[in-house]
Amino acid sequence: MAKITFITSDNEKVTLEGASGSVMQLAVNNGVSGIDGDCGGVCSCATCHVFVAEKDLEKVGDASEIETDMLELADEANEFSRLCCQIEISEAIDGIELTVAK
Amino acid sequence: MSNTKTCVVIGASHAGVNFAFALRKEGWQGNIVLFDKDETIPYHRPPLSKKYLELEDSIQNNLLKPIESYEKDNITLSLGKVVSKIDKEAKTIELNDGTIQSYDVLVLATGARAFVPPIQGIQQAKNVFTLRNATDVANIRKAFHASEQKKIVVIGGGYIGLETAASLKKLGANVTVLEREERILARVTTPYLSTFFTKIHTDYGVHICVNKGVTEIKTNGNKNTVICADGSSYEADVIIIGVGIKVNTELASEVGIVINNGIEVDPTAKTSEEGVYAIGDCTYHYNKLYNAFVRLESVQNAVDQAKVAAANICGKPTVYNALPWFWSDQYDIKLQIVGLSQGFDNSVVRFEDENKFSIWYFKGDRLLAVDSINNAKSYVFGTKYIKANAILDKEKLANAESDLKTIVVN
Repeated sequence: MAKITFITSDNEKVTLEGASGSVMQLAVNNGVSGIDGDCGGVCSCATCHVFVAEKDLEKVGDASEIETDMLELADEANEFSRLCCQIEISEAIDGIELTVAK
Repeated sequence: MSNTKTCVVIGASHAGVNFAFALRKEGWQGNIVLFDKDETIPYHRPPLSKKYLELEDSIQNNLLKPIESYEKDNITLSLGKVVSKIDKEAKTIELNDGTIQSYDVLVLATGARAFVPPIQGIQQAKNVFTLRNATDVANIRKAFHASEQKKIVVIGGGYIGLETAASLKKLGANVTVLEREERILARVTTPYLSTFFTKIHTDYGVHICVNKGVTEIKTNGNKNTVICADGSSYEADVIIIGVGIKVNTELASEVGIVINNGIEVDPTAKTSEEGVYAIGDCTYHYNKLYNAFVRLESVQNAVDQAKVAAANICGKPTVYNALPWFWSDQYDIKLQIVGLSQGFDNSVVRFEDENKFSIWYFKGDRLLAVDSINNAKSYVFGTKYIKANAILDKEKLANAESDLKTIVVN
């Protein structure tokens, strides 16, 4: 199990617990505002953009080439950006904090 | 008397569901009622022919929204209900069980259904399936696992047919694709990409057969024989039909709403009838960027049109102005398409390696569309350059060593 905290654009903090699947799926299943996941989680739409807290960058790991490229579709993307459909839930990411992009 | 307004949505898939949530977000205070004949909680359709079929995934992992979200946003999901007619004077819809539901605003998100061609013997054939909804996939899986020889014939080499072929091949099937045209994907892409996908499928062991117009299916017990116009025949335990769709326009046409290759809508997603909107696959709409009327079968169009309709209904004038995009996943190949290539007169291939390249379609110097294979970078830059109407240096573009950031002429 991993606890993941989302900070939405209205500054709401939501902490959710998941065991498997993607972080996007966890967010969508719990109605986290700002995470749409229009393509269903195949890194095709860039509607699940989050910023990883600096302290958690190492835990989350690096984006793949395709994800890095897709992130360029988001104007506000930076070095903390990830598409959270590409982050798999496991104990390794327990406690991470993600800010949902606008 | 209550003055609560009601918005009724016919069709609860990508367009209808996204619309309902967008409408609430835009501030609609009244009721929102979604009807669909499918009994399953609305789910993502693109995975059906891909990982949902291949990985024997659960629909619970593919829901558009969890059931709690509908409750939270006070959206009524009325599933397993068939709408039989609209009464535009009374502003009501009638279900086939006789129930009457009144509306103030009506949204048609009726989508499309799989087209089943009138092939001789198709009604009597065993284990013939289209692939459009979760039940179809469940039936395909069941028939596939029950079949002795795992022989699958896919009729139609479009995206659905090819994705299904790839997924079933990965499950161990013996798959033959029969395409009527001289190349697969003939309706939707260029010969270069058709050749590429033919090679990929052939490498994986799928038999791609073109110029195969199916004329008859003969069935003996559980065994089908698919017969083509050229006299060739193929045995099949399971037959998948993927030859295109028919748009669900009947409810609209019966009440005189203008139909033109789909339900015609204006840039605000409104139909010819006041108070009636249409969104998603069922619409024939104007695309500003391409100065053309189009009907698109895509998640992008469903979601974007849903948002436009919701904003307009809530009194925020908004026009549809989206750049279309699509994707297809087959084996480890990711195809991403941005734009509409119809009407192109020249193209540039940017080749990085056999399984990583992009095709850039132009009309004169104007970039219309990009097909990218395992190459999200080209997809992303293509998106930016189409939006910016940028003029590109085609020689630089063709050179995979050149940085895509540096190919703009103006």
